[in-house]
Amino acid sequence: MAVCETHKELYKELDEFIEKVKDKPGILIAVLHKAQEIFGWLPQEVQEYIAEKLGLPVSEVHGVVTFYNFFATKPKGKNQIKICLGTACYVKGADRVMERFLEELGVQAEEVTPDGLFSVHPVRCLGACSMAPVVLVGEKDFYGKVTPDMVSKIIAAYRRGGRNE
Amino acid sequence: MALTTNTILICAGGGCISAGEESVKQAFERKLKEFGLDTVVKVVETGCMGACSLGPLAVIYPDGVYYQKLTPKAAEKIVEEHILKGRVVPEFLFEGEKEKLTLKEKPRGAEEIPFFARQVKIALRNVGIIDPMSIEEYIARDGYFALHKALTQMTPEEVIKEIKESGLRGRGGAGFPTGLKWELARQQQSDVKYMICNADEGDPGAFMDRSILEGDPHSIVEAMTIAGYAIGAKQGFVYVRAEYPLAIERLQKAIEDAHAYGFLGENIFGTDFSFDIEIRIGAGAFVCGEETALMHSIEGKRGQPRVKPPFPVQKGLWGKPTVINNVETLALVPPIILRGASWFRQFGTEKSPGTKVFALAGKIKNTGLVEVPMGITLRELLYEIGGGHPQGKQIKAVQTGGPSGGVIPAEYFDTPVDYESLGKLGAIMGSGGMIVLDEDDCMVDVAKFFLEFTVDESCGKCTPCREGTKVMYDILDKITKGEGTMEDIEKLEKLALVIKDSSLCGLGQTAPNPVLSTLKYYRHEYEAHVKDGVCPAKRCKAFISYVIDAEKCVGCTACARVCPTNAIHGEVRKVHEIDQDACVRCGSCIEVCRFGAISKVTPAVSSTVAK
Ligand SMILES: Cc1cc2nc3c(=O)[nH]c(=O)nc-3n(C[C@H](O)[C@H](O)[C@H](O)COP(=O)(O)O)c2cc1C
Ligand code: SF4
Ligand code: SF4
Ligand code: FES
Ligand code: FES
Repeated sequence: MAVCETHKELYKELDEFIEKVKDKPGILIAVLHKAQEIFGWLPQEVQEYIAEKLGLPVSEVHGVVTFYNFFATKPKGKNQIKICLGTACYVKGADRVMERFLEELGVQAEEVTPDGLFSVHPVRCLGACSMAPVVLVGEKDFYGKVTPDMVSKIIAAYRRGGRNE
Repeated sequence: MALTTNTILICAGGGCISAGEESVKQAFERKLKEFGLDTVVKVVETGCMGACSLGPLAVIYPDGVYYQKLTPKAAEKIVEEHILKGRVVPEFLFEGEKEKLTLKEKPRGAEEIPFFARQVKIALRNVGIIDPMSIEEYIARDGYFALHKALTQMTPEEVIKEIKESGLRGRGGAGFPTGLKWELARQQQSDVKYMICNADEGDPGAFMDRSILEGDPHSIVEAMTIAGYAIGAKQGFVYVRAEYPLAIERLQKAIEDAHAYGFLGENIFGTDFSFDIEIRIGAGAFVCGEETALMHSIEGKRGQPRVKPPFPVQKGLWGKPTVINNVETLALVPPIILRGASWFRQFGTEKSPGTKVFALAGKIKNTGLVEVPMGITLRELLYEIGGGHPQGKQIKAVQTGGPSGGVIPAEYFDTPVDYESLGKLGAIMGSGGMIVLDEDDCMVDVAKFFLEFTVDESCGKCTPCREGTKVMYDILDKITKGEGTMEDIEKLEKLALVIKDSSLCGLGQTAPNPVLSTLKYYRHEYEAHVKDGVCPAKRCKAFISYVIDAEKCVGCTACARVCPTNAIHGEVRKVHEIDQDACVRCGSCIEVCRFGAISKVTPAVSSTVAK
């Protein structure tokens, strides 16, 4: 299969991982996790590549990818805004926070803004229920007790480059 | 290894992280370094310590002093005063502890703080007390003693007998007797068997399993090994949800360290028993918490459930006899083996022995994790430990069991918390999530929230669940939008019963519970929406309007400035007014008005609401 030059390194990393685990039974999901970590999402070519490497039908790989919410078949924004819609956050008004994010960014959930900077993802319980409603940007930046009014400030911070800029 | 004089345990549970734990930790480390103490004072992150509403939290050992609501400045002061000079810093102590100011009097944490005092920590015995990355600290708290006892002094049958006698029931939701499950697996003739720990923790609002994995991972390694010995399995799997990276990392480290100490691997403690554990990571599908779906997922397939029987103990992972237990269930196993069934039975009730961890959230003062003896009443749990409503309002109900559970109205708060009593009320114990609701929560909306969850998470394999929940959701949506009829309510009820009876797995079978239980206790709220055009909780947008009280409005313009749709008009220092056609009912204005001039009314005053 033709592999784009710039992606060669990435595929190499994936190969190394597959090499290590390929004898374990039922390892497909772990390989997909690794691939998503490397590529950011799971493009069709990557799915085909994995199918070939593991000797599985592409349809099976695709079936697994689409079954699980965690696997993305579309690229995500540079800053992923995860809005907790778990029960505790919901009863504290997370739906209003969600609405405001979508409105301010002019996108639908899971969609990327035209400048590629943001995508909004509803998630469930970030384990920070005491601070409900909770928003997590990227992997680390938690915001607690978020109200709709805070939304534009949060977005502005990442337009400038990040929470602490 | 350098001698450590103090350890600062800092809570890195989700609540504390979002309250700013990271910057507090950095401040501790920076200040310690400044004084050259970084080699003798360890800063260690733990799993959720329980008192999330007081976060960020830290405990200083060996003194055991709890500090709350920390800031980077507070951390610096604690290093300068407490660590360096041995003087407790009163400003940041837990409430009620401030009278005791010197270390001599030992303001000891847990026992004296009301939030902790009524708790009995068995599953959470080490969480927030030991460094979860240190196997030595686990051992120092009797860690791996139970495994040693089981392997060297007990037969597998005796282990099973002890667990059976303890009356331990599964904490993952269904409450199935653990000892019996193990016995059934033991009796199967098969050269290969598997032991699985279910760490998928899907109920949105429950995070005790995560806290155990992040705060005390060795307890799970030890318990799984004991279980493996009891049932005759050589291989264990922990299925952890992908959303818990820290838990995965710590468990991995615990497994490696246990190997290094000979507590895992070949010939454990020199016996002929060998056991190993592998971690498998989920991928964001709620249904994978269901045991047959979970096994499919470990096999690398789509995580769809299958019909039972055969049960996993007969035909489980790769067709082999398999036991699946929840994290909290397993965390209770080592203490039972070590201290005996009758010790465990002194807590809890006859039919539900022991303790249960609950995650308190929603409209309650002390949000967080609490471990209490079963049989405690809801009132004790919510008021004595939970501290009641944060603003002193009336608590309306508590929702237990998440998307599979139901609501329990305040009239029933004297009910003891155990599997049977909650079941009788139409709720369930579930995994222990408790969401407290007050007068601002609309029961139709709560039911709709859970149905939306189910519709999203139904795996689509069977029709009643896939299609039926969708129809139920649509009806609820219609009602909350002001388009419902009385026939809709009846249809909802009929449908709920059909789905309950005809779905393939627990997800579909329990999905109607939120609807059935809200209908049982709050039918009048449904009817108010349909018949009177009123949402009593003033939650559903179609039934409310925001209005400004001309008497109270001083014309400060705060509301007009915050309104996202410019729906508020008025000149400075003159009474403002809301254009109901432009208002999107976001509620921002009510929050910024310092004069209490804006209120919500139901029914809606505008003519724009579809009737
Ligand atoms: C839809 C669904 C989701 C479930 N999710 C979980 C879960 O997240 N964690 C869990 O331990 N059990 C969950 N269960 C229960 C498991 O199927 C199983 O009963 C449990 O893991 C057995 O362990 P226990 O006996 O120790 O409770 C779920 C069940 C259903 C039907
Ligand atoms: S009840 Fe729902 S989740 Fe369970 S198998 Fe059927 S469709 Fe899937
Ligand atoms: S509720 Fe929101 S949209 Fe309506 S007037 Fe107030 S701020 Fe404006
Ligand atoms: S429900 Fe949002 S953090 Fe738990
Ligand atoms: S997250 Fe820190 S106490 Fe719960």
